Amino acid sequence: MELPFSDVDSLQGLLGEHAYLADRGLATAIYLSLSLDKPLLLEGEAGVGKTEVAKVLSEMLGRRLIRLQCYEGIDASQALYEWNYSRQLIAVRAMDAAEAETHVEDLFGPEFLVERPLLAAIRAGDKAVLLVDELDRADDEFEAFLLEILSEFAVSIPEIGRVAAETPPAVIVTSNRTRELHDALKRRCLYHWIDHPDLDREVAVVRARSPHVSEALARDVALAVARLRELDLAKLPGVAETIDWANALAFLGAERLDPALAVDTLGTVVKDHEDQELVAAHFSEVVGDG
Amino acid sequence: MASQAADGGPLPPLVAFGRELRSRGLLVGTGRILTFADAVAALGLVDRDSLYWAGRVSMIGRREDLEAYDEAFDAWYRSLGVGEPELTIELQLPPPGEQPQEGSQDGLEVTAGLTAASWRGADEDEEPEPGDEAALRIVASAAEVLRSKSFADLSEEERARVARMIRELTLRVPRERTRRTHPHPKGAVFDVRRTLRRSLRTRGEPFERAWRSRRSRLRPLVLILDVSGSMAPYSRALLQFAFAGMAAGRRVEVFCFGTRLTRVTRTLRTRDPDRAMHEIGRAVADWEGGTRIGESLKTLLDGWSQRAALRGAVVVLCSDGLERGDPDLLRAQMARLRRLAHRVIWANPLKGSPRYEPLARGMAAALPSVDVFLSGHNLESLEHLGRVLGG
Repeated sequence: MELPFSDVDSLQGLLGEHAYLADRGLATAIYLSLSLDKPLLLEGEAGVGKTEVAKVLSEMLGRRLIRLQCYEGIDASQALYEWNYSRQLIAVRAMDAAEAETHVEDLFGPEFLVERPLLAAIRAGDKAVLLVDELDRADDEFEAFLLEILSEFAVSIPEIGRVAAETPPAVIVTSNRTRELHDALKRRCLYHWIDHPDLDREVAVVRARSPHVSEALARDVALAVARLRELDLAKLPGVAETIDWANALAFLGAERLDPALAVDTLGTVVKDHEDQELVAAHFSEVVGDG
Repeated sequence: MASQAADGGPLPPLVAFGRELRSRGLLVGTGRILTFADAVAALGLVDRDSLYWAGRVSMIGRREDLEAYDEAFDAWYRSLGVGEPELTIELQLPPPGEQPQEGSQDGLEVTAGLTAASWRGADEDEEPEPGDEAALRIVASAAEVLRSKSFADLSEEERARVARMIRELTLRVPRERTRRTHPHPKGAVFDVRRTLRRSLRTRGEPFERAWRSRRSRLRPLVLILDVSGSMAPYSRALLQFAFAGMAAGRRVEVFCFGTRLTRVTRTLRTRDPDRAMHEIGRAVADWEGGTRIGESLKTLLDGWSQRAALRGAVVVLCSDGLERGDPDLLRAQMARLRRLAHRVIWANPLKGSPRYEPLARGMAAALPSVDVFLSGHNLESLEHLGRVLGG
């Protein structure tokens, strides 16, 4: 597997060219994950860009992004493969009695197989980036199942046979920590906690993502968000919110962040009623002169 | 790649670092140390930053461990003797866990002893004279008496018996439906897969239809116990209650608070409740420190609403509601808790007294967000609690 970078620094630069500004820690984690063929488990507050990592990697490496969004109740048939039952049923009905005796196995041929994200990723191998998003939403049983897939990158479908990846895909797993993931899975992965970026990096991120936002406005917004994060809110605004806010303000034609505009657009960053009240009470501190 | 690192000099110090982390209580197995060695080999250069990040992403799996990792890394890196130009000045901080006040470990032991004494309870002087009343008591079933006797007034021997009785209390927690389904003859969801499989036996004629229904599981139970001074005997009784739930394999989380919040679930997971109590006595620093309910709830909601099973849980809060902090904070936090949890039950032993009215400002602030308000001061009311939990 040829990687288009030779060390952490060049990877960091390459990510930057794709408008993702990773700090040294995250870049190292990604570099090691790709060089050691180990899945990368990313945790962090909502909106710090965990999912974005997978998207940028697929772009940067020119690989297909295969996304498995986890949710409560997800099981193997929704994640790996499923038979197309309706089609099978129709096929059975179309056969006459004699045929049905001898052709039952035809019903379980590849044309009746519905491929789900994990099987797609195993088949694609190193031509794919597999994103397992919000794994914490799935339950323990699913986590154990995923662990099995991540260790082997192979699966046996009784009717068809074994499907295995020659070289495993790049794997990014994200979690919002609504529950603690099991240690077995963590041992299989490299782990990185993504923090909120510092002020300068956040300004740079806004500028990289939304080039039409002026430097001055980006700095105002990033500073205000940094102060919001110190305010003891129930839901801290993430980088995604900073970008949304800056975009909204730029759309309204703002050059700088002024208090009146900030009040009107606050809903793009603070999305909890109690939090909004708290911010209203400390408004002058948040949108003061930087 | 690992072998490259293994042949040369660098492996022993890398392994030593892994072992150092382990000795500091982090979960670092041999597999993770190997990954670390691979990571260092893959990076190819061994400046401080690379080593730091290589170790962190390969050997740490939880945010909580990052601080311990940073400390261990500093110590280890210095021990490598790679000279750094600037000197780092070390602050002489007391080791974590030690109390800032005068009484250190010994003081804590004494405090725990004191609360154990308050179990034995109250004023010896107030014990009724041995006479007619005592004779009556012998007639009445001893168990009945115990059931209605306040936890604060129990003797040591009675305490042990009540503890046993609490553990035998059936703990009923309501169930919640999950999104997972399982085969069920009377389910509501049509099971195409199994219907098709069965139809093969009847030449593709789907005579026998199969169904699935949604699975249900027990809702998590969260106990938040006030362990400040006067509340200790009641909270201890509820700890027994939590213990019974855990032994039954339920999802139970237990937090104690006085002036600050401590999670004691892990400690309770041992087999021996008495030892667990003792451990908790040591771990919970403020058995006698006064009550800050609002702040403690805020810590819980900020740190645990995402992770612990607060969402959809049955929450039992045991406290006298004598809030030292800001009642407005308590009101807001109770409202937050109410929105997250399935039911909020407040056990207030003061309610056991017939003259009690919830006039304390804290209690009044909390009540609008409470589903069930009960006393929890004796075994009888804990049985009531058990029934309420099921409802």
